[in-house]
Amino acid sequence: MNTPKDDTWLYTISSKHKLIDFNFKEIWRYRDLLLLFVKRDVVTVYKQTILGPLWYLIQPLFTALTFTLIFNKVANIETGTVPPFLFNLAGISIWGYFNTCLTATSDTFKSNAAVFGKVYFPRIIVPLSIIISNLVKFGIQLLIFIAFYMYYVLNDAAIHIDSSVVFFPLLVLLMGLLGLGIGMIISSLVTKYRDLKFLVGFGVQLLMYVSAVMYPLALMREKLPKIAWIVEYNPVAYIIETARFMLLGTGTFSWFGILYTVIVTFVVLFFGIIIFNRTEKTFIDTV
Amino acid sequence: MSVILKATNISKQYRLGLVGTGTISHDLNRWWHRVRGKEDPYLKIGAVNDRSAKADSDYVWALQDINFEVQKGEVLGIIGKNGAGKSTLLKILSRVTGPTTGDIKTKGRIASLLEVGTGFHPELTGKENIYLNGAILGMSKAEIKAKEAEIIEFSGCARYVDTPVKRYSSGMRVRLAFAVAAFLEPDILVIDEVLAVGDAEFQKKAIGKMQDISKGDGRTVLFVSHNMAAVKSLCTRAIVLEHGTSVFEGGTDEAVGYYLKGKGDFSNRKQFGELYNNETFQLNQICINNELKTFKDILVENEVIDLITEIDLKTDSPEDYHITYHLYNEMGENMFAFTHWRNDIALRKGINKVLCKIPKYFLQSGQYFLTFLVVEKRKKAIFIEQDILNFTVVDGNRVIGDYMGKEPGYIRPDFKWENLK
Repeated sequence: MNTPKDDTWLYTISSKHKLIDFNFKEIWRYRDLLLLFVKRDVVTVYKQTILGPLWYLIQPLFTALTFTLIFNKVANIETGTVPPFLFNLAGISIWGYFNTCLTATSDTFKSNAAVFGKVYFPRIIVPLSIIISNLVKFGIQLLIFIAFYMYYVLNDAAIHIDSSVVFFPLLVLLMGLLGLGIGMIISSLVTKYRDLKFLVGFGVQLLMYVSAVMYPLALMREKLPKIAWIVEYNPVAYIIETARFMLLGTGTFSWFGILYTVIVTFVVLFFGIIIFNRTEKTFIDTV
Repeated sequence: MSVILKATNISKQYRLGLVGTGTISHDLNRWWHRVRGKEDPYLKIGAVNDRSAKADSDYVWALQDINFEVQKGEVLGIIGKNGAGKSTLLKILSRVTGPTTGDIKTKGRIASLLEVGTGFHPELTGKENIYLNGAILGMSKAEIKAKEAEIIEFSGCARYVDTPVKRYSSGMRVRLAFAVAAFLEPDILVIDEVLAVGDAEFQKKAIGKMQDISKGDGRTVLFVSHNMAAVKSLCTRAIVLEHGTSVFEGGTDEAVGYYLKGKGDFSNRKQFGELYNNETFQLNQICINNELKTFKDILVENEVIDLITEIDLKTDSPEDYHITYHLYNEMGENMFAFTHWRNDIALRKGINKVLCKIPKYFLQSGQYFLTFLVVEKRKKAIFIEQDILNFTVVDGNRVIGDYMGKEPGYIRPDFKWENLK
């Protein structure tokens, strides 16, 4: 029997795993699947609904309206010269992107167990497709933000786009990657320990309150200096604050904050990929 | 011929019982052993996967030290009873789950049809699902596009391709799904029980397609099935799994034989000794076998079956007695009775060796039970013994492309047919 040498094998299914087993070539080969997943997620969500993709807009609009009424009118949170509604809409849209990325990816293994149990494809395709399909959703929401932006500009509101807005796509990417990283870690752990599912549910809600979504970062420092560090150590807060700085010219911008966020994001992503890789091989036995 | 896939020492361990608080302590212990560079402490324990026996360990080996090689272009059958580890092996091969020990090396892409229709989205139309499903199975968009028309034609769902799949009948869904899978072009195709789905016409189509894949294109196929007719007709070699270990590897016929006979001494003969001894007769033995084979071989449906009864009559009027059999199927239904009254043979005093010939293609594949009767003067049964012998008839080889499933009904006699015009 002419057994070939090891190097001629196409690939090996092995019980041993490398620490980082990230096969870019394979992911590239499955790029069509990635796009089809994105298409599936975008197209099927609002099938058989009358308003269809309008729902993408209704959610942030009404949330922003509610926030404006509660936090700005009732609780009197100052948003400076920026109209409170626009302030909230910006925060909510960006937070919403992070939120859906995180919660959807953290469910990767469980909700795809049926497919994962039958065929192999690089599992990371699924969380990646979630990040991208939510990007489409976020894009649509950004359009409505721009529409309101124009409206306020025409009504002489004191807002201006900062020139740093050209880096806005990078900021969104950073947000997506952070959501992906955390989501992948949770999705891997949740296959074995279901407790995390509950933690994510309300944890994300709590996280919103320390992410400077409905208040400027400066206000937190001023009013609650003792616990402002919770917000200051939260990378999500920096992203939202920076986004508002770019879009509305309000709030603070700090290089330290951005650098910190980038580092945290890549560390989280790195661990996310390691844990995800470990889990994808055998999760089907525990899920 | 060259080796396209090589599996060495494949084992798979599963944890029994619930995933609970014990899990986390085991996980920590495992981690602690790994940190110190020691072996996984839980890999050493673990019992052989025998479902019926209560194990004393929380861990079980679903597969243990499986080794095999597959040649390029070969159709390898994997057979075994429920729980033998077939599906686990396929899962490892198709990379759904990883092995606990060992590795599999391959020189080609493996695609599996573990269960067709994976990833179908009910809200998407048939055509959209062809693309999605094809991509999940590893095809590129361009590949699917090139084959789209063929896939739709093969599925026979042309009219419905623009309708959401949720409105499909289950049969249509399966057809569409299999059609997509059938046009996959992996180097190694893993197929598990696809024959269990669809009607006879579709099964025929499916088997035909599989045949094309393996013979025509020289593709390698790993085929797992309970359908012995299909295994025998399609495969060139087979592996028999039992309790997670490979117990036999070799030619298909021998492997099927081994699978059906099991490890013990297989015999279709029963010797009774003094068991049925009275003043009228003594029943020595009953034996059933195919015409040109022995009682140690498996009975096949496509050969004449001989039923031989050896009986010692002590009475002085042996011609008054007749042997009668009642045949029961595996459901316990009485199918018919048969006797030699109308034949020109009479029993004699002393030892009689009575032969009854059952024509080929008369009994369907399945398990049967015989009840033995001795009748006096054609009216009174003086002796009845139920389930005196049970035997199994299996499918013979069939022409590839033919229907591989079980025909309906209890028997499948070969009548005399003529074309009068």
